Amino acid sequence: MTQAYTIIDHTFDVVVVGAGGSGLRATVACVESGLNTACISKVFPTRSHTVAAQGGIASSLGNMGPDDWRWHMYDTVKGSDWLGDQDAIEYMVREAVPSIIELEHYGVPFSRTEDGKIYQRPFGGMTTEFGQGPAAQRTCAAADSTGHAILHTLYQQSLKHHAQFFVEYFALDLIMDEEGACRGVIAWNLADGSIHRFRAQRVILATGGYGRAYFSCTAAHTCTGDGNAMALRAGLPTQDMEFVQFHPTGIYGAGVLITEGVRGEGGILRNNSGERFMERYAPTYKDLASRDEVSRSMTMEIREGRGVGERGDHIHLDLTHLDPNVINKRLPGIAKHAKVFAGVDVTKQPIPVIPTCHYNMGGVQTNFHGEVVTMQGDDPHAVVPGLMAVGEAACVSVHGANRLGSNSLLDLVVFGRAAGLRCGAELTPGATQAELPSTANDRALERLDRTRHAKGETAPSALREEMQRTMQECAAVFRTGDTLEEGVQRLTTMWDKKADIGLADRSLIWNSELMEALEFDNLSYQAVATMKAARNRTESRGAHSREDYNQRDDKDWMKHSLIWVNDEGKAKIDYRPVKLETMTKDVEVFPPQKRVY
Amino acid sequence: MVEFTLPRNSQVVKGKEHLKPKDAKRTKTFKIYRWDPDKSGNPRLDTYHVDLDKCGPMVLDALQKIKGEQDSTLTYRRSCREGVCGSCAMNIDGRNTLACTKPIDEIKGDVKIYPLPHMPVVKDLVPDLNVPYAQYAMIEPWMKTESRMPERERRQSPDEREQLDGLWECILCFCCQTSCPSYWWNGDRYLGPAVLLQAYRWIADSRDEATGERLDALEDPFRLYRCHTIMSCTKTCPKGLNPAKAIAEIKKKMVERSV
Repeated sequence: MTQAYTIIDHTFDVVVVGAGGSGLRATVACVESGLNTACISKVFPTRSHTVAAQGGIASSLGNMGPDDWRWHMYDTVKGSDWLGDQDAIEYMVREAVPSIIELEHYGVPFSRTEDGKIYQRPFGGMTTEFGQGPAAQRTCAAADSTGHAILHTLYQQSLKHHAQFFVEYFALDLIMDEEGACRGVIAWNLADGSIHRFRAQRVILATGGYGRAYFSCTAAHTCTGDGNAMALRAGLPTQDMEFVQFHPTGIYGAGVLITEGVRGEGGILRNNSGERFMERYAPTYKDLASRDEVSRSMTMEIREGRGVGERGDHIHLDLTHLDPNVINKRLPGIAKHAKVFAGVDVTKQPIPVIPTCHYNMGGVQTNFHGEVVTMQGDDPHAVVPGLMAVGEAACVSVHGANRLGSNSLLDLVVFGRAAGLRCGAELTPGATQAELPSTANDRALERLDRTRHAKGETAPSALREEMQRTMQECAAVFRTGDTLEEGVQRLTTMWDKKADIGLADRSLIWNSELMEALEFDNLSYQAVATMKAARNRTESRGAHSREDYNQRDDKDWMKHSLIWVNDEGKAKIDYRPVKLETMTKDVEVFPPQKRVY
Repeated sequence: MVEFTLPRNSQVVKGKEHLKPKDAKRTKTFKIYRWDPDKSGNPRLDTYHVDLDKCGPMVLDALQKIKGEQDSTLTYRRSCREGVCGSCAMNIDGRNTLACTKPIDEIKGDVKIYPLPHMPVVKDLVPDLNVPYAQYAMIEPWMKTESRMPERERRQSPDEREQLDGLWECILCFCCQTSCPSYWWNGDRYLGPAVLLQAYRWIADSRDEATGERLDALEDPFRLYRCHTIMSCTKTCPKGLNPAKAIAEIKKKMVERSV
């Protein structure tokens, strides 16, 4: 079968898969280190989903008032519901300051204060004085399109450094050798249908999250977690997949994101009597509590009959009291989104919103250098040679059970850079690489060929919707053992039907039906991982809220879940301890506390 | 020689008409340009009927519905579905725009959809954008400075920052670029509105120190001066930006430095 495909070989020092914020930042860092680097992406870089990030990027610059990286660290640990690894969190919040200065030097058009510094706004869960002081203004913003500003700037930097891009190449699978090391990646060039075999000393997965496993999400159509699935197929586990963040304010119906920055600028959530209900759930920080807390509170309001709209099934986000100048200057993008997708003039009417699937805390487990780690014997921190992961695809874990808003753009640039630096420190440019195993492309091409020629009766798009609805109905904001069990059963049925898919387009040139079928296959591994890990975790922590186990259980569950999913959809679960240790002696470990906002 | 009719193999022929959905009360007809690179045939216009009561409000929703339920071979780019990534730029109802933010009910009669005009077609609604991408790289769209970087952020007043508004928001969808008759004619040498808007984004940035160099690179009868103020760019921009004004500002800077 291999003969039927044109295969083109490449050798690079580093191959980055994905050209969003973390992929581009890693690419720039690798090129700067003198490494021959390829960045492959299934979309043109500025079309990656980082472009849609709105509110901002957290950093304790202190431009708006006193701030300290230790406060940022405390907030992140608390936001993670003590599942985040504290050494990695310390690394991230300390690097936040130079990383944001660097972005400014690169040319990111940040909004400015009167004295010309980077403007910072309040965001959920970001506080001062270890949660004892007022809300922090820590989130650096470029109006309400901060992701767009950062992604375009990083692409510009990669042009400046003459990075090599392989655009509209769809990664199929990792190349692993018999010792378990990653040796490269196989990709399909959509433009001409050729297959490319990239051999590299390191592969960096920067493939983003898998929001499209759910029916209603803020994520782009392209967010299918291809890297997570490639890791699973390579026999590696993924970590903490049960933790899926629902953003409190997706536009009702359309699913389009309305940034938390709206509440940072003074927007208020109201129920059907116009009440500011967050005062009851989070007396101190109210609408600026963490996302899991706000999403649960909104869901409770709806369940108890206080939702808005004809069916009482959503909530209002009210900006009508804000100064129109604030909206024009700081929130112009969401004013347009609200107009286009909800038909609402935000100066006069509230925006209809509902908690919407937004972010995957889980992913491929790494240490804070970006190196992928796995369980080897009793060692839960064994490095997988040749493989790294960054951004939403990775689980470092800095976000633990719940990510704070504006910590994800930060995660991208800090760990993208860290992975690049690690490559620079450990690799010799142009070092000789061993031949690839003779079976290197068998698995990837077999899967491609099988899917391309599939002649069954089931449309992949129909099966995809079945999976998405199952995830939406069985693994949402609140979960119970019964719904999760039902979810597992429905996903098993779905998995079996994968054998019966049929495609109409057999072409290799821009066959988007084939690409979507492969993306759906990728999603299906992650859906199973999420559902089974959620069924397994019998406690409530962060975004994982079990009604049958409604307390956090530090005695039995202060640990990361590792889950393997094989090609039959069967899963295996193991655990890794949470790192209750800091990176340096400049700060002490924050021991677990009750989490109240 | 200028060709005034399409070459024979580019003439669009009538294509397949797909069945109307059963029990639909409110349908809309979509006529969509198709071209298959694996076959040697002419491009064709296929006809689809979409039940508006079971479809989202935007043109992209209709395309997704057609691809999911009627014809899985229909090919187009899409990603964010909220007008920020620029993937689904295409010619809808005679105008270049983003399918994801174009409401179906704004279109009277049948909805005609073609790829962005005057670009080579890879397949169906997917144009080859490599030339505009290369032109974008050519203007060296990154911060250039000579002074030493401060330890913290460079200061930029809110007024200076405001000069970038209407420029930095460009999503590189190339709706404007491919709506410009001058670019259709001289796309190999004229940089086009999208790229010139980006060139001006750096000229207008108070932090950038290479204005002279940037203007030198544009001082050319083709790169800049093929803009004849036709204004199609500004009229079509789905983000409401004004490339024509940015180009005028560059021309003004050229005059200012020569007098």
